[in-house]
Amino acid sequence: MELVMAITTGLLFAVAVYLILSRSVLRIILGTSLLTHGVHLLIMNMAGLKRGSAPLISEDTMSYTDPLPQALILTSIVINFGVTAFFLVLAYRANQTLGTDDLEKLRGGDENE
Amino acid sequence: MNNLIVLPLLLPLLSAIILVFLRKQVAVQRSISGISALLNIVIAVILVGQIQSDGIQTLYMGGWIPPYGIVFVADMFAGLLILTASVVGAACIFYSFSSIGEERERMYFYPLVQFLLAGVYGSFLTGDLFNLFVCFEVMLISSYALIVLGGSKRQLRESIKYMLVNILSSALFVTAVAYLYGALGTLNMAHLSQRVAEAGQGGMLNVIAILLMIVFSLKAGLFLFFWLPGSYAAPPAAIRALFAALLTKVGVYALVRTFSLIFYHDPAVTHTWLGWMAGATMVLGSIGAIAYRNVSSILNYQVVIGIGFIGLGLAIATQAAWDGVVFYLMHDMLAKVLLFILGGMLITAAGTEKLLEIRGLIDRYPLIGWLFLGTTLALVGIPPLSGFPGKVMLIRSAFQEQAFVLAAIGLISSFFVLYSLIVVFKQAFWGSELDQEPRTTVPPRSKLLNGTILAVFALLVFLGVNAEWVYEFVAQAGHVIAEPDLYIHAVMKE
Repeated sequence: MELVMAITTGLLFAVAVYLILSRSVLRIILGTSLLTHGVHLLIMNMAGLKRGSAPLISEDTMSYTDPLPQALILTSIVINFGVTAFFLVLAYRANQTLGTDDLEKLRGGDENE
Repeated sequence: MNNLIVLPLLLPLLSAIILVFLRKQVAVQRSISGISALLNIVIAVILVGQIQSDGIQTLYMGGWIPPYGIVFVADMFAGLLILTASVVGAACIFYSFSSIGEERERMYFYPLVQFLLAGVYGSFLTGDLFNLFVCFEVMLISSYALIVLGGSKRQLRESIKYMLVNILSSALFVTAVAYLYGALGTLNMAHLSQRVAEAGQGGMLNVIAILLMIVFSLKAGLFLFFWLPGSYAAPPAAIRALFAALLTKVGVYALVRTFSLIFYHDPAVTHTWLGWMAGATMVLGSIGAIAYRNVSSILNYQVVIGIGFIGLGLAIATQAAWDGVVFYLMHDMLAKVLLFILGGMLITAAGTEKLLEIRGLIDRYPLIGWLFLGTTLALVGIPPLSGFPGKVMLIRSAFQEQAFVLAAIGLISSFFVLYSLIVVFKQAFWGSELDQEPRTTVPPRSKLLNGTILAVFALLVFLGVNAEWVYEFVAQAGHVIAEPDLYIHAVMKE
């Protein structure tokens, strides 16, 4: 199971990198979103995948699931949600004001205003 | 256990929440954020006093003993940085009263600044790597909003790039956290340090160390600073001053913590990299500083050179170097905030950023002019001012470790700082004004603002003249950084 998850994570990273390297802002945002999804899967995988036991330790428990990765992922999801929402609004507003979503046209030196 | 150390985080957070509800009352917003900023300085002074007399202060959140819960740790390094950051925050808030404009003030400017400060203080205080990520995000999300607040074309264009770079580095940060958790099974920094020492810093852990180095270097602008000059040129001067003095320094703080507390076993790999990066940063920053004839670009490259110079101390990593890093970091934060505030006032007074169109401001603005010269001398490291002791400590530690090339680059970069800023001073303040009619833009000339910049400059002089007294605190900070066991014992008491 870990192997499948590792391959999925790798795929997500690859797709994300491809999208982030494109020129359209919208694709880049999708790319960053996929990248963080990949990272979340990675966290889950790094802690080891287990089934069938509660995240509680007592004297006589033989196996237990580590609850910490879930907590980390949850926190990261919330942050990513906020950031992606903000990024989308920013891209929309930038598109309205600047009239383009092509990063090649958003270069700009410090002289042109 | 000491509940005081959560206050620097809590106070800006609470004031930000209160400020959100007072959107329309600009005067009330100003007084609340001003008072909160001053209170934070008081708290920071008390905190530093406590650390000095009783050693490292810790707070276990919810009573969970480490390594289980999140722990806040205030050692002297964190304490001094919080004190400096609170002074910087107050200076920027006072500057924004007269410069930021009512439109931005109504659009949640003050709450965002307070949220940013909360993130900065949290990053300095936390003893948990994942919590550091969360505090980074609090700081970054406020900075996204601040950099684009106002929505000019330039701001929109630059903030897309700024956001993208920071989202990527945050994703890499979480990746590194995941690898660390997989490899060592903990995220508490003191516990991580113990586990790394037990396991031995081999190939796998070196990879994670380099990953963290990339992440923090991106945030600090150490070698990976390509995003910095463009982004920092976009927002108004008060926000620029806040960013220049605080944001990159939080990255530097994270680098110091990571490579002094956790990954200090294999300096041949990690610290060699840091050395190369520091050298390259100073060289490239110096080239950038003399390449432009635009006030804000020149100032932005000063940030880069400063970070490179602190990186020199990171690479040397002896106790003498850590002393230098702490001292220089404090000096750099204060000098940069003053430089950027003065630069902002200069741009407002002249009505343009283009250096070649500004001349002869010294008649009308003697205070700005002479303070600009003073700050320049402080940044270069002329003896009675604060740059000198820090530079002496860093360069001397580099000579002790036979790092002559780095020391030489560091010294030569000072000349570039001097040259690039003197060009600004000479061009903008000397000579006769281009047109005799008064400009339409009315420059900010409030007593509060003049008092603020004089106070910050007085602090720079104080740091330089009373270096002996300040050194007691700095040495205590350097001692804890150089000997990770002290930090570990303070956190993991049993």
